[in-house]
Amino acid sequence: MATEGLHENETLASLKSEAESLKGKLEEERAKLHDVELHQVAERVEALGQFVMKTRRTLKGHGNKVLCMDWCKDKRRIVSSSQDGKVIVWDSFTTNKEHAVTMPCTWVMACAYAPSGCAIACGGLDNKCSVYPLTFEKNENMAAKKKSVAMHTNYLSACSFTNSDMQILTASGDGTCALWDVESGQLLQSFHGHGADVLCLDLAPSETGNTFVSGGCDKKAMVWDMRSGQCVQSFETHDSDINSVRSCRLYDLRADREVAIYSKESIIFGASSVDFSLSGRLLFAGYNDYTINVWDVLKGSRVSILFGHENRVSTLRVSPDGTAFCSGSWDHTLRIWA
Amino acid sequence: MAQAPTDPSSAETADPEESSPNMIVYRKIEDIVTRMQDDKTGGVPIRTVKSFLSKIPSVVTGSDIVQWLMKNLSIEDAGEAIHLGSLIAAQGYVFPISDHVLTLKDDGTFYRFQAPYFWPSNCWEPENTDYAIYLCKRTMQNKARLELADYEAENLARLQRAFARKWEFIFMQAEAQVKIDRKKDKTERKILDSQERAFWDVHRPVPGCVNTTEMDIRKCRRMKNPQKVKKSVYGVTEESQPQSPVHLPSQPVRKTTKEDFRKQITFLNMQIERHCLKMSKVAESLIAYTEQYVEYDPFITPAEPSNPWISDDAALWDIEMSKEPSQQRVKRWGFSMDEVLKDPVGRDQFLRFLESEFSSENLRFWLAVQDLKKRPLQDVTTRVEEIWQEFLAPGAQSAINLDSHSYEKTSQNVKDPGRYTYEDAQEHIYKLMKSDSYARFLRSNAYQDLLLAKKKLYSLEPRLYHKRRGSCSWCWWDGGGGLQLL
Repeated sequence: MATEGLHENETLASLKSEAESLKGKLEEERAKLHDVELHQVAERVEALGQFVMKTRRTLKGHGNKVLCMDWCKDKRRIVSSSQDGKVIVWDSFTTNKEHAVTMPCTWVMACAYAPSGCAIACGGLDNKCSVYPLTFEKNENMAAKKKSVAMHTNYLSACSFTNSDMQILTASGDGTCALWDVESGQLLQSFHGHGADVLCLDLAPSETGNTFVSGGCDKKAMVWDMRSGQCVQSFETHDSDINSVRSCRLYDLRADREVAIYSKESIIFGASSVDFSLSGRLLFAGYNDYTINVWDVLKGSRVSILFGHENRVSTLRVSPDGTAFCSGSWDHTLRIWA
Repeated sequence: MAQAPTDPSSAETADPEESSPNMIVYRKIEDIVTRMQDDKTGGVPIRTVKSFLSKIPSVVTGSDIVQWLMKNLSIEDAGEAIHLGSLIAAQGYVFPISDHVLTLKDDGTFYRFQAPYFWPSNCWEPENTDYAIYLCKRTMQNKARLELADYEAENLARLQRAFARKWEFIFMQAEAQVKIDRKKDKTERKILDSQERAFWDVHRPVPGCVNTTEMDIRKCRRMKNPQKVKKSVYGVTEESQPQSPVHLPSQPVRKTTKEDFRKQITFLNMQIERHCLKMSKVAESLIAYTEQYVEYDPFITPAEPSNPWISDDAALWDIEMSKEPSQQRVKRWGFSMDEVLKDPVGRDQFLRFLESEFSSENLRFWLAVQDLKKRPLQDVTTRVEEIWQEFLAPGAQSAINLDSHSYEKTSQNVKDPGRYTYEDAQEHIYKLMKSDSYARFLRSNAYQDLLLAKKKLYSLEPRLYHKRRGSCSWCWWDGGGGLQLL
């Protein structure tokens, strides 16, 4: 573009100071909109009652740390992956194991259930995301039907099917996210912008949305347009790695700033995974201190603390109909809570 | 030697290691134990306790620690304080003087604080040679309190086998350590011995106990000098250890270029231009959303007839899979058009209603475009053409109504078919449906009767229910609940 400007006159220093002053201006503009705190407005909202949440199912079978899990749309089946390379599909209602496959690598950090319920995806230190169809044959050999879809240049940290079995979104230690066509393995779109490992991602919940959010070791949460590959919004208020991101079930991100912080003096270990209850009123967070804290999203207070796991909680997801949530831990087990 | 806790904000640029997740936790714990030991500002009572023929120096009871935590960290529940205290112990900052298992008990059990030299924030990764030296020297000292536990004896035996060839060296190191230890004051020795033992309880935990030194492999790459020789507890210098598989080389730090700054500037300008809402408005809309959906949230409003996980009865799911939507489910369709489109039964009802008015082409087009985006790449070109023929080509069977601008743009897009060919058209149609078709649907008898439970669905003709894999080219059906047949 001819109007790009006189590049020769722009030194590194002048560009840097321009960026700095714009950052300052942005902060100023945003601060003007910060007229009240969420918990203040929420004072008029009725307080939540006492909660009795217990472990309703314990899934034992992994031989090492559980790193990731995902729910099937049928609200009862789940897939989980572990440090020992095993990926297991459970009917968590009956606690039966229905499928199991051993990956060729250890630290399977990501797994996902396909929307149809007919396949799962997983990956980790192999730098790939592979899809396995699920059959109900007697002597099922899952490994034989494996399909390699995504290829990154570092570990796979997260994966998710988009609203279809045909596309997978991945996040990687190589600092990028990518969208893949499952059938051909072709890269449809890549997303560059994180300055370090990307640790997590979450699709925007709406039927019409084409966006997703990712979080990384660069302390940034970034919102992406799946169509163009561009970053449309970026948040940088954390002090360290962002282990987990979740979109609020709201129609858009119009606040453009931090709405609330959920913390307590007595919580000193990091949170590894978060998810919202169906109405968005409750926030469930799994921590590295082996506990799960339940927060009142509006009032900012902690509603409950759940003990049970004997090591770090590494993954946590609410079921599709919100009747329960599942937590996976370094203690080799998964628990269903309701 | 232990580093004094640094100010995290200034440490950021000085030492990237300080902002690593582990270090943040260590610094917080160190702040806590430092405050605990500060008797000027209400720390725990650390005393020398008389016991039989000897004195136990520098101890505090478990319950004193629990009390302190509750008071100073605003913890209301003792159980929570005990859990936190146990974690601080498991990390190696405080330990029971008479147990290898690092937990905190809320009673008269005696605990001691760990010496900063042994703090985990020093990034210790002691080798087995050090551990061997340690166990070996323990056997050389004739003290009841230093007797090896069973698991330690087993460990020693294993190490003797593993280091058979250099055992003489290890033995000599152990002897040297014993000599150094003997020179120390008796009381000091008691304390140091216990601290040393606690250090090894962290790095070589009792079988069955959590090994708190285990690291998340994703965080390992950023460790400082992953290739450096690991420092020895006993100052033993050896040929460099082979690189542990966990230490992957970290990415070289990229300098920010002019191009990076230009991109940043463009991005920042875009952000400044955005129309954003006041926090008060955001708060209101968040509150309104949660209030609208609270009756659908099983954690807050108990599910009817029951929550399957609690009652062990899957009736709720059976009901949801049936053809008959509950009033509550029908009510949800009224919240937004997205809700009706998300629910397969809702979608079907909406479609049926529009068909009855001979105006279903918009919805069918929208559904077809959604389907297009979910297809494998190789099917895309064909589908784009089919959709064009069905909905947009001159004389199309189900012609949709696009304004000339959108139509023009779409015709151009079709020349280079892709998953987003119809994106603009779809957005346009979506808005149209929202203000027109959807509003009419909500007012319709069909919807109102369901909402007020005046009518049941199963009385309607079965042909209107699509099987799981529909044969229509323009209509798709994913069944929503997986293996659901309508």
